[in-house]
Amino acid sequence: MRTITMERVEETRQAILDTVCSGVLTHEQKVTGLEKLSESLIEVLDLPPEYLKLKEAGVICDLGESNAPPRPRYIVPDYDRLFKRGCEFLELTPPADLDEALNVLSIFIRHVPSVTNFPVFIGFLDRLLEPFVQREDPLYAKKKIGLFLRYVDRTITDSFCHADIGPEDTRAGRLILECEKEEPKSVPNISFLYDPQTTPEDYALKAAETALTSAKPSFANHKMFLSELGEGYAVVSCYNGLLVGGGSYTLSRLRLGHLAAGAKNLAGFWPLLEQAAETMMAYMDSRIAFMVEQSGFFESNFLAKEGFISKDRFTAMFGLVGLAECVNTLMEREGKSGRFGHSKDADDLGVAIMKKLDALVKAHHNPYCSATGGNFLLHGQVGIDSDTGESPATRIPIGEEPEELSDHLVHCGLFHGYFPAGTGDVFTLEATALRNPAYLLDMVKGGFAKGGRYFSIYSSDSDVIRVTGYLVKRSEMDKLAAGKSVLQDTTALGLGSARNGHILERKRR
Amino acid sequence: MEERSVDSTPARAPVNRILRSSIVDGPGNRAAVFLQGCNFDCVYCHNPETITLCSSCGTCVPACPAGALSVGESGGILWNRDACTLCDSCLKTCPHNSSPRVRLLSPKEVMAEIEPSIPFIRGITVSGGECTLYPDFLRELGELARERSLSFFLDSNGSYDFAADRGLMEITDSVMLDVKADPENGAEYRRVTGNDGKGILDKAEYLAKTEKLYELRTVVSPGLFDPVAVVEKACRRIVGTGSRYKLIRYRPVGVRQEAAAALAEPDDLLMEKLAGICAGHGIEAVIV
Repeated sequence: MRTITMERVEETRQAILDTVCSGVLTHEQKVTGLEKLSESLIEVLDLPPEYLKLKEAGVICDLGESNAPPRPRYIVPDYDRLFKRGCEFLELTPPADLDEALNVLSIFIRHVPSVTNFPVFIGFLDRLLEPFVQREDPLYAKKKIGLFLRYVDRTITDSFCHADIGPEDTRAGRLILECEKEEPKSVPNISFLYDPQTTPEDYALKAAETALTSAKPSFANHKMFLSELGEGYAVVSCYNGLLVGGGSYTLSRLRLGHLAAGAKNLAGFWPLLEQAAETMMAYMDSRIAFMVEQSGFFESNFLAKEGFISKDRFTAMFGLVGLAECVNTLMEREGKSGRFGHSKDADDLGVAIMKKLDALVKAHHNPYCSATGGNFLLHGQVGIDSDTGESPATRIPIGEEPEELSDHLVHCGLFHGYFPAGTGDVFTLEATALRNPAYLLDMVKGGFAKGGRYFSIYSSDSDVIRVTGYLVKRSEMDKLAAGKSVLQDTTALGLGSARNGHILERKRR
Repeated sequence: MEERSVDSTPARAPVNRILRSSIVDGPGNRAAVFLQGCNFDCVYCHNPETITLCSSCGTCVPACPAGALSVGESGGILWNRDACTLCDSCLKTCPHNSSPRVRLLSPKEVMAEIEPSIPFIRGITVSGGECTLYPDFLRELGELARERSLSFFLDSNGSYDFAADRGLMEITDSVMLDVKADPENGAEYRRVTGNDGKGILDKAEYLAKTEKLYELRTVVSPGLFDPVAVVEKACRRIVGTGSRYKLIRYRPVGVRQEAAAALAEPDDLLMEKLAGICAGHGIEAVIV
């Protein structure tokens, strides 16, 4: 462990005191914040030579992961195993009916850690619950599922918590959609794994109606994820495609807008891109090595010991933001006028940058990512609340959206294929869409046909809205802005993104 | 730039506007084509600029602040699409309920403009004006839609004899049909629309029974006619066919000034009452 300066110790002490004395944070939010601050004093990672310089310049961002990570960033437990074998550590036997199933889940998910200390995946809820729902009175089943979802919303106070449903039609899935429509909540985030060829139209329509009322579920291109990650994939956290029984050790991100700002011209950009990508991957290697070789997580945590997760199902996510700003800057430097999302030249440049990054990422090998061929996976990161002047992933900046939604979706299709670990875009529809949910479905089908991966669509008068990848309630953001405590830690992130990322100003279609 | 001609060849039609995507012109996402010209002149018309074909009087030319309009060599009005800012000054100035922005297009040309919206749309809806004034155009566009597996809907005022046009009915999936006043009261229908509305309910029944009636539609403005009688009579003719009834609140948006001054907006109570009549016949009502 390296020594640090007293100045940094004093700064951290002050931050700890500020956290303890905060009048806005809830107790849980304080505890999480204090944990992060304490870990920030530890220096054990081997940093690649250029890392600090690139971090300082805002080109590489570690997304607030602690310096001594005590667990992988995203953990995707195998809930089928839980329901088949129970859990010795938590003294749970396999459930025999719906009450037991929901009770087992309620207990287990409280013990699935992540970078936020809350679970980022709570299961394929429809498939898990279907056998029990089949044997229950429908009204009773709906009440129990509704209460479980309310329990999740009020105790997992972080909307990176994610559940998946679909692509098959199930009674349980329909009940989940009904409950969410009748009582919109920001947690859990829900993905509808959708395959227009096999998912029944009326089931998909029910998902669309629910999305227009409560901003979820989002629509995930099941065929696309399947072709890349195989049967055992799940969509977790914001929209991250990861392997069940594994997860992602870490997620760092490259801020392409900041990177391009330091390039004189396009020719000067390519070596910078290569250097930054390789530095970031070397840094990720270092984090992973600490986690696997030193932290002891995989030897001591019950999830690993009992086989709910295993090292050989983990990978790491190479995130990026700001392709739009990167392209626009480079176009200007080259004396060209086209802008990202509105010119073929600019979009072609965007594709060329993605191809280069794809090749760089595929050329890098990490011994602990065997599940994904020894490679990291590209991820279109949603941005963070403090980002300014840098759009999430490969999205067209808010305020510059194309007039036609379908043109916007075609643009998404140019880029979504590069991101097996997830990317997505968010659209707001006028409230009239509530009368015609098939419209939403047609757009999603068209988007998938054009190579789109993941779409979140909500109605302009919805209280629950999608910020960039996660959900918040507008009413809660208002409360927080007025200086009151709010239950979910993600509300503060939403408020930051509203101020810095203009997420409330998305074009209404 | 293109010069508009008053005459239309059989397969061409004057097109007021093409929307590549519409959420309100039938089920799902649809392209909507608005044809110019109508044989009705409804007092509350929400798109009065689509009623008449341009007479090339030239009144709009100096009114265009963008300089996008001019008089062509043959006397027709030229519209420069690229210069146009869609400020609608020309529509406001036009003394004839028309538009200089109308283009005479063939079905193939219309299809080419819709092309980028495939695969995002499930169909095409042709509206107006009154689209059935151009049946040859409709038949050809309907064929093109079918080739692309797109459903083909018509939005009509009900003046057309659908039963007599087998070709059109074969390629039309569904019709959205207006009932604009009491069809059994020719004088009232004429007062509201300028047309006696004769046989409108027979057409509604024919379309409903052949499973080609998507919905009936009535614009409700208290005092203009008795909506209770209209909805009741119309419902009786489509009972048990699966068609729905769209009840549209009159709103003074886009209507001509004299109409806006004379017409009243309905309250929720009246709209709910009308929906109740539909429900009584087992017909789904949609209030917009």
